[in-house]
Amino acid sequence: MRKRKNKLLGFFVVAPTIVAIGIFVYGFISWTIRASTANWNTFARLASGVYESVGFRNYERLFQDPRFQTDLWNTLFFTLFFLTGCLIMGIFLAILLDQKLKGSRIFQNIFLFPMALSFVVTGTVWNWVFMPGTLPGNPAGINVFFGLFGLQSLQWRWFTSTDSIGNFNFALIPVIIAAVWQLSGYTMAMYLAGLRSIPDTLTEAARVDGASAIQTFWKIKFPLLKPITLSAMIILGHISLKIFDLVYAMTGSGPNNVTDVPAIYMFELTFRSNRYSLGSAISVIMLLMVAIVIVPYLLSTMRKEA
Amino acid sequence: MKRWLIGLLVACFALSMFGSGQLEIFSWWTGGGEEEGLLALIELFNEQYPDVRVINATVAGGAGVNAKAVLKTRMLGNNPPDSFQVHAGEELTDTYVITGYMEPITQYLKDWGVYDKFPPSIMEICSYKGEVYSIPVNVHRGNVVFYNMAIAKEIGMTSAPRSMDEFRYYLQKAKDKGYIGLSLGDKDKWEAGHLFETLLLSTYGPDRYNKLWDGSQSFDHYALRKAFERLASLVPFFNSDHAALTWQDASRLVYEKRAFANIMGDWAEGYFKTMGWEPGVDFGWFAVPETQDTFMVVSDTFGLPKNAPNRENALRWLQFIASVEAQDTFNPIKGSIPARMDADYSKYDVYLQWCLDDFATLALSPSIAHGSAAPEGFATAMNDVVNRFITTLNVDQAIQGIFFAAEDEDYTIN
Repeated sequence: MRKRKNKLLGFFVVAPTIVAIGIFVYGFISWTIRASTANWNTFARLASGVYESVGFRNYERLFQDPRFQTDLWNTLFFTLFFLTGCLIMGIFLAILLDQKLKGSRIFQNIFLFPMALSFVVTGTVWNWVFMPGTLPGNPAGINVFFGLFGLQSLQWRWFTSTDSIGNFNFALIPVIIAAVWQLSGYTMAMYLAGLRSIPDTLTEAARVDGASAIQTFWKIKFPLLKPITLSAMIILGHISLKIFDLVYAMTGSGPNNVTDVPAIYMFELTFRSNRYSLGSAISVIMLLMVAIVIVPYLLSTMRKEA
Repeated sequence: MKRWLIGLLVACFALSMFGSGQLEIFSWWTGGGEEEGLLALIELFNEQYPDVRVINATVAGGAGVNAKAVLKTRMLGNNPPDSFQVHAGEELTDTYVITGYMEPITQYLKDWGVYDKFPPSIMEICSYKGEVYSIPVNVHRGNVVFYNMAIAKEIGMTSAPRSMDEFRYYLQKAKDKGYIGLSLGDKDKWEAGHLFETLLLSTYGPDRYNKLWDGSQSFDHYALRKAFERLASLVPFFNSDHAALTWQDASRLVYEKRAFANIMGDWAEGYFKTMGWEPGVDFGWFAVPETQDTFMVVSDTFGLPKNAPNRENALRWLQFIASVEAQDTFNPIKGSIPARMDADYSKYDVYLQWCLDDFATLALSPSIAHGSAAPEGFATAMNDVVNRFITTLNVDQAIQGIFFAAEDEDYTIN
């Protein structure tokens, strides 16, 4: 009897959340998917409220759109370098701090601190840093610094550069640096927790067996950190696939859209051009990209728990 | 304590019930001279109607980017403000008039006796199917070149260039002296679109340009190609970091004597003045070459939404802002000219007087980048095309891009 009562109570406690999530997350996702197949590409058609399906026409248009193609390439390269950068910096800093030297606690906080800033703040500050100025006469930002030390050859147009190799736009490099700066501390914290959870007995046993420090790391610690790497990749991956605020505040879309990302294009189409259906289609594509990263992870953790 | 709270709630409720005491004005005038101008307007309004409580609802964000999105949600949700700021033309017509969210105000204007106080061509921009839907409070000119007088002296420019060739000749001279010829800051994209539309105007001429928007003139005219070629010929004079700058930064380059000239709407004039520059002494101006016969209009207007909660007061507000007194209060502060032709000349500086003269005599053309000529979708698409063109300089691709955008709006392209 009591058990039943508890179950009922539990249901009532959880119910509002389920309803809220049902409406505000899944309901709106379905609504966006529906909007993405409509012809609501002017305010008048949206305001009329008449739904007229155009099938996948909006998606077709997007994939033919050179700007959207650039966006996809930018997302790919941004994600790739941002992930690699964060993971390498994160594990490197974590190993350093794990040496338990004096003052490592302070550094731990210093490295973690950028995460407390909002992307808009980071974007604005790094915009000042990489502001190119008019070269060669009037450098600005970090170019001034290079000029002072006679390193004129390093002066560069940074995020206004239109150079590229293949589909990788060099203008993304400053944005990647800013993003890595912000989130490598977070990755470090994850790795540090992982390193500290490795029991000393394991490393001691390795030492007794005559393994060097490097061997201990690669053969024992690194494999044990694998789940952490996976979690970090998923958390960072979904941030980078959806990135908007950092790029928007720091560079905007850039000349010839060299630093444009799908989220910015979505924002412009929906809220500036009144092309609601096209904007919705971009949202759906972004959701799918994130889903590709996250769903396998969710499935695997669910299987483990079951 | 509790009783006091209940009392307050009742008072609020009563206020909202008897809403005749309120007036909500929605705008994006949150900074600089604009905000001061608006506050001065509200003050003057309250002198005439002391018992109306004005709610100044503003949403910050340059050119109204954020405000427009908020307004759309409010209009769709049937919760309109009593009156709102909107650029004259398509920004109002395409979005709210065609969809039936606005009330025509032609009859009111006639009753108040102000209908013929505005130039007919600006009334036409504010109209749809013969009915006026909004009242212009101010007019900015879009096709102006501002230049640094000191540099002009150095390169020996004594009179304003009349043709593009002459203009480029001086730009080259400035460049040879180590200055930036033409400064541009197109981080937000519309600045490049703004520059391009003045070139479109210079190649099509005002008649053809104005006919583009009702479909009686085809985009497929050699003028479109020529406009892109003109833009390409100006690119070498830009500052290399234009994509990192805003329009203020670009004007600042002129102020700092690093750039010779800048093409911008005349809000730049207000910006120069706030930095302490004097018109005609420190900086000079002329109409963009080969558009001397046209006045590119960027105008803020107010209209009357259907179901305005305080319709009586909204009408009072509209009558008020249409008055010469209100327009002469607002515009000298904002740094623009009134839309009425009978304004008090002496209240405006030399530059604005030049504008007043031209406004009264020249052909008027609506701006694309500022939402008057074409729907917002076309403007954004055009800005995008121009942004790409400045890097790639691919004329054929750019023309194709404009054609696609024009096709979406059912304009004539062949």
